[in-house]
Amino acid sequence: MNFQRLRNFFGNYIFILPALALFLVFSLYPFLKVFQLSVTGWDGISPQTAFVGLANFKDLFTDNPVFWLSMKNAFTITFLALTVQNLLALFLALLCDRDIRGGNIYRVIFYLPPVLSGIVVGLIWNWIYDGNYGLLNHFLSFIGLGDLSRAWLADAKTALFSVAVIHMWKGFGWGFVILLAGLQSIPRELYEAARVDGASSWVMFKNITAPLMIPVFILVSILTILGTMQIFDIIISTTGGGPGYHTEVPITRILTTMIGASKFGYACAMGVVFGLVLLAISMVQIRVSRAMRQV
Amino acid sequence: MVWHWLSDRDDAFRELAARYEGQTGVKVKFDLYAPSEIYSQRIKAAVQTQTLPDIYGILGEKQDFASFIKAGFVEDLTGVLNAPDGGVPWKDRFFEKALGVNEFRPANPYGVAPGVYGIPLDMTTIQMVYNKKLYAEAGLDPASPPKTWEEFLAHGRVLRDKNIPRFVSGFGEIWMIDALASNWAMNLMGEEKVFKTYEGKAPYTDPDWIRVLSLFKQMADEKILVDGAVTMVNKTAEQTFANERAAFAFNGSWCVNVYKGMNPGLDYGVFPPPALSRAHPMKIWGGAGTSFVVNARSARKLAAVEFLKWLTADAQQAFLSEQTQNLPSNKNVSGQIPPVLAQFSVGMENVTHPNVYPVHESPEVTEAFDKGIQSILIGEKTPAEVAQAVRRVKEKGSR
Repeated sequence: MNFQRLRNFFGNYIFILPALALFLVFSLYPFLKVFQLSVTGWDGISPQTAFVGLANFKDLFTDNPVFWLSMKNAFTITFLALTVQNLLALFLALLCDRDIRGGNIYRVIFYLPPVLSGIVVGLIWNWIYDGNYGLLNHFLSFIGLGDLSRAWLADAKTALFSVAVIHMWKGFGWGFVILLAGLQSIPRELYEAARVDGASSWVMFKNITAPLMIPVFILVSILTILGTMQIFDIIISTTGGGPGYHTEVPITRILTTMIGASKFGYACAMGVVFGLVLLAISMVQIRVSRAMRQV
Repeated sequence: MVWHWLSDRDDAFRELAARYEGQTGVKVKFDLYAPSEIYSQRIKAAVQTQTLPDIYGILGEKQDFASFIKAGFVEDLTGVLNAPDGGVPWKDRFFEKALGVNEFRPANPYGVAPGVYGIPLDMTTIQMVYNKKLYAEAGLDPASPPKTWEEFLAHGRVLRDKNIPRFVSGFGEIWMIDALASNWAMNLMGEEKVFKTYEGKAPYTDPDWIRVLSLFKQMADEKILVDGAVTMVNKTAEQTFANERAAFAFNGSWCVNVYKGMNPGLDYGVFPPPALSRAHPMKIWGGAGTSFVVNARSARKLAAVEFLKWLTADAQQAFLSEQTQNLPSNKNVSGQIPPVLAQFSVGMENVTHPNVYPVHESPEVTEAFDKGIQSILIGEKTPAEVAQAVRRVKEKGSR
């Protein structure tokens, strides 16, 4: 009897064993390893890893202004993505939610940029932003604004915003799809009843669409923040973090420290701090979302 | 098994592997991992899993090379290089400068046992190139590129007056800035003073370093660089020059193959970076372009060495040079290279490279220096400000 119970007990666990093993090996172990390496001076090659205590963290917090500048740059791009990108995605989702002609074609078109590789997108925009033969400068000259022409990615005033525009162009399709799915899940009867009562489009948006879309807005904003803070492929293929440090972001700093300077331990400390920042942001957002749901 | 990152040479390598198998019956497999950043990560991951191939290349700083050796993943080839091969030592086949990149001298700062740890496949030098057609259009003599900095500026002004874009380089890849700046630094103050700075015995705020940084300020003031070059990757810079949208470029000898692919009719010449002073020679970056090492833990070490001997023999080197338009590391076949490529080999006696320096600057200081030059080029910082910033990073590293 006992054997039967034991067999049943372990039999159940055997079913989750493959998933558990994958999780332990590919998620939990690397996660813990990063913490372990962050307190070492490992160069990424040597079999020995010298323990340095919290020295990496101390240096990061007290004597690494470039890392914090990269964090600020990532926050700037994230703020733009949260506002401009998501507003655009919402606007387009609202348009496509109406039964407009060719709606499916628009959906495909809007969803195309996110499926392209970041490197490819970067190369395309390099050409658009080119200071000498770029499409943007040609367009500006065509409409009489030739004075604004510049090498957009090499100018300290415009480099970060130019990169942000590329990121938003590539990313708005995700938000669009999720927001559109959310809009389509709202029962149509609510709008019909409101319309019978004489409600305008704005009133319907304010009192029906927005409240029911709050969980979707939260999901989109969390994905936007986490996705944008980790931006790097577009940066690598456009500016490489330059000119100077104007478009450096945390991941490019981590990569430079890890591959360029062979300071794996220090790079892991950067990764830990960056991960904690992302965790803190996510926690704040979850709290805000709970509060908003209660309103 | 050979791992490499050279996408432009992959076909030639495969052809040579097939020939080797035909001649010896030994099968050699070349695996390409490109681009180079991916390759670097691949071999570092393979170190951890102890799955490095029999032959591979190491990219990056000399410090990385040393780490691979100290971890026991690179065979010391000094013995086989000195051993007779067909009557003469294998090492006599190579240009001395080509072997130097792979050599660790006695009492080196890395604590590596002295010896030669890699085999050079080809040579490279990084110099200036100029478009002869654009030169003629501007009324300049296509046979007389600038020799001095003043001439460079003067020729630039002539080109500007004819609305010809002047200078392009992939300064988005900051090592290219480093190469050009260190050329000028060594020309202006000599190698010794540069190395003293690296050792921390001379400051970056020294007037000579300020003068080097000021050259980039002059470039910015004269608008010599084409728009966007500050963040441009070298591939884009190569396209710009190949499409005749710039009269000058700073590029390596590998560009001969690249330009041939982009614009076979491009008429250009090669010259060393314009000199600032006659007091010291104009050093140029170069030496071994690509080197392979033998995995010390491979069970097929001897077979790997035999293959590398075959690969660096005259016939194979001539084939590689012809196919890939790179300077061969084997000095016996240097007479068989195209004229433009031969121009890149002029001045080989002044070739240097960070991997052969007796002292090395830290990556943090190098990055601060190169990024600082980017800031100068966009008019954001002055040479003095950059020098101060680099000095601070240097002092932090010394603490």
